[in-house]
Amino acid sequence: MQKKISNIPFSGTPEQEAKLKEAIERHKDDPGAVMPVLQEAQGIYGYLPIEVQTMVAEGLGVPLEEVYGVSTFYSQFALSPKGKYNISVCLGTACYVKGSGDILNKLSELLGIEAEECTDDGKFSLTACRCIGACGLAPVLTVNDDVYGRLTVDDVPGIIEKYKNA
Amino acid sequence: MYRSNILVCGGTGCTSSNSLQIVDKLKEELEKHGLEKEVNVITTGCFGLCALGPIMVVYPEGSFYSMVKLEDIPEIVEEHLLKGRIVTRLLYQETVEEDTIKSLNKTAFYAKQKRVALRNCGVIDPEKIDDYIAQDGYMALGKVLTEMTPEQVIQTILDSGLRGRGGAGFPTGLKWKFAAANDADQKYVCCNADEGDPGAFMDRSVLEGDPHAVLEAMAIAGYAIGASKGYIYVRAEYPIAVKRLQIAIDQAHEYGLLGKDIFGTGFDFDIQLRLGAGAFVCGEETSLMTSIEGKRGEPRPRPPFPALKGLYQKPTILNNVETYANIAQIILKGADWFASMGTEKSKGTKVFALGGKINHTGLVEIPMGTTLREIVFEIGGGIPNGKKFKAAQTGGPSGGCIPSEHLDVPIDYDNLLAIGSMMGSGGLIVMDEDNCMVDVAKFFLEFTVDESCGKCTPCRIGTKRLLEMLDKITKGQGTMEMLDEMEELCYYIKANSLCGLGQTAPNPVLSTLRYFKDEYISHIQKKKCPAGVCKELLEYTIDKDKCFGCGLCARKCPVGAISVSDYTAPTKKKAAYEIDTAKCIKCGACMETCKFKAIFKG
Repeated sequence: MQKKISNIPFSGTPEQEAKLKEAIERHKDDPGAVMPVLQEAQGIYGYLPIEVQTMVAEGLGVPLEEVYGVSTFYSQFALSPKGKYNISVCLGTACYVKGSGDILNKLSELLGIEAEECTDDGKFSLTACRCIGACGLAPVLTVNDDVYGRLTVDDVPGIIEKYKNA
Repeated sequence: MYRSNILVCGGTGCTSSNSLQIVDKLKEELEKHGLEKEVNVITTGCFGLCALGPIMVVYPEGSFYSMVKLEDIPEIVEEHLLKGRIVTRLLYQETVEEDTIKSLNKTAFYAKQKRVALRNCGVIDPEKIDDYIAQDGYMALGKVLTEMTPEQVIQTILDSGLRGRGGAGFPTGLKWKFAAANDADQKYVCCNADEGDPGAFMDRSVLEGDPHAVLEAMAIAGYAIGASKGYIYVRAEYPIAVKRLQIAIDQAHEYGLLGKDIFGTGFDFDIQLRLGAGAFVCGEETSLMTSIEGKRGEPRPRPPFPALKGLYQKPTILNNVETYANIAQIILKGADWFASMGTEKSKGTKVFALGGKINHTGLVEIPMGTTLREIVFEIGGGIPNGKKFKAAQTGGPSGGCIPSEHLDVPIDYDNLLAIGSMMGSGGLIVMDEDNCMVDVAKFFLEFTVDESCGKCTPCRIGTKRLLEMLDKITKGQGTMEMLDEMEELCYYIKANSLCGLGQTAPNPVLSTLRYFKDEYISHIQKKKCPAGVCKELLEYTIDKDKCFGCGLCARKCPVGAISVSDYTAPTKKKAAYEIDTAKCIKCGACMETCKFKAIFKG
């Protein structure tokens, strides 16, 4: 899967950098530290711009190409920032056979963005995710940590409306 | 001592419908009535019947409240727990028989199940090690360390006939025997909790509901093969499972059940968590180990097998969560007990995650040899809305679709392979007449194309070419020759791919070609999708006798394909509208806006 790489300028704070340095220090001696550190870095910055990957590479003493190889391999790692509200539509089989594809299309139409994109105002981003395991509620979408289940296409505008002015 | 215990499901399914708020509300209401010292509220793992979530059960009565809402809680607390009157209206209606309440175990969903791997799920509080110990937890580890030699442990597992529950069905005991035979300064025990099959959530439920069972089994495996270190590779998308595993590991350390000198026998064993980062290929054993090493999770050729050179080039065993969940029971109850369940070559039970077009979505554990018909129509409660069963998909992107003529095949590893599917990790998705099988095959190929790691050519390019052909067929641009080309390419990919992902990726195409060729032919020759799924082959039409001529659809149409016709129905005042199918882009906007349901697709 081709990853979308952001060209938004990097704006990390010294606090974030201190947190990252602390995480690197904690994992430095573990074999196989790149993934856990990148996971923490994404938790700190929300995504992994090249500046952050460089800090991880230098901190752990591994080549940047190796870090970049890992960050582009795994779907969890985002190279472009997510919106304030990340809407994630489950496209696992159970949800798909119950029509989650139509829900994703409706969201895409209403927000004017494709999956893996972010709206210009930075408010919403849209992702198509793999099974989140809530198959009993299929079809399911999540907005950040809120889960919405047993959806129909008609529920979609209401969900967007709820966050639009939040 | 409490006089009543309330068990509330805290699995992912139920927490997604707010079961944790229900726990808070229960505690609040109990306190209001001064019952907090008499009634205990316990958050458990998954009960299995996810379709009815959020679920709670009140003991000693065993009253099963389903689809509980926050606003029902005050009534349940006041009526049931204060006054002792069960709120029958809110119970799962299948447990209510006129005046009496039937035990949950007698309902259609639970009656045919046999819970071994899931025995503690929905029973204990997974965040309390004492609950697990009270259910004979860590007894098997004690028995193994104090009474058995490693050889005896391996022999017991071999005799039980346990086969890998991750899908391929390799005998677990044999895997252990190979790893035990290789000498090394360090060996590893790994647990595959990277449950990547879309629509499968068995392992997640075990991890969330009974995490200690996995830890105990890994320690037993460590003793058997001579390893002192274990890794659990778990999906980061399962936050509840990750949290409960970490709690379990910490508690086991505190009790001296993990760490140095366990039970004073000199045996050391430690377990670390590693979070996956969303790569399906990491469910393949060599990829998973590469990923634990912190690299791109690409597979490598076998041999050497992991039993000789696995994680960090040391002898390693890797088993699936559900496999581990059976181990302690086998040690305690004996190989013969386990081997008495199941079929000749597939022993024990199997957990399936029932999903899709089925009434009782959820988690079921059945003895091997149960038929698909029993699972779908008895345990699963059949298909919703009176629709017709079309196929059941097992094995996820590596498996196939089982049509209705094979509903009576007893499910085990070998039978499923023979009918063109596979056991897989246990996802079982039911499809009805509204699902297009070509579209389903395309869905799985999109998944494998996305998830192919790209290391070997047959998988990287082969699956892409397959997807392109499927895409053409769903758009009405397919040819009959394509079907033969696809089949040939499928066998080529299966024969030449490096790892299990590529070797099984064509299965969804092959099995749908085998059982649903008529649907492919209809897409190609008639340019029609019989299930009405494939958008390009749909046609929207207005029933002119139903049309009131309001013109709403024409205003909504983004391409101006709708205009007034010269026909006025005898009962209507205005002329009806019609769709110019050449201009129509099939967005469906007209159908959504029509207030009179006069627009049809087909």
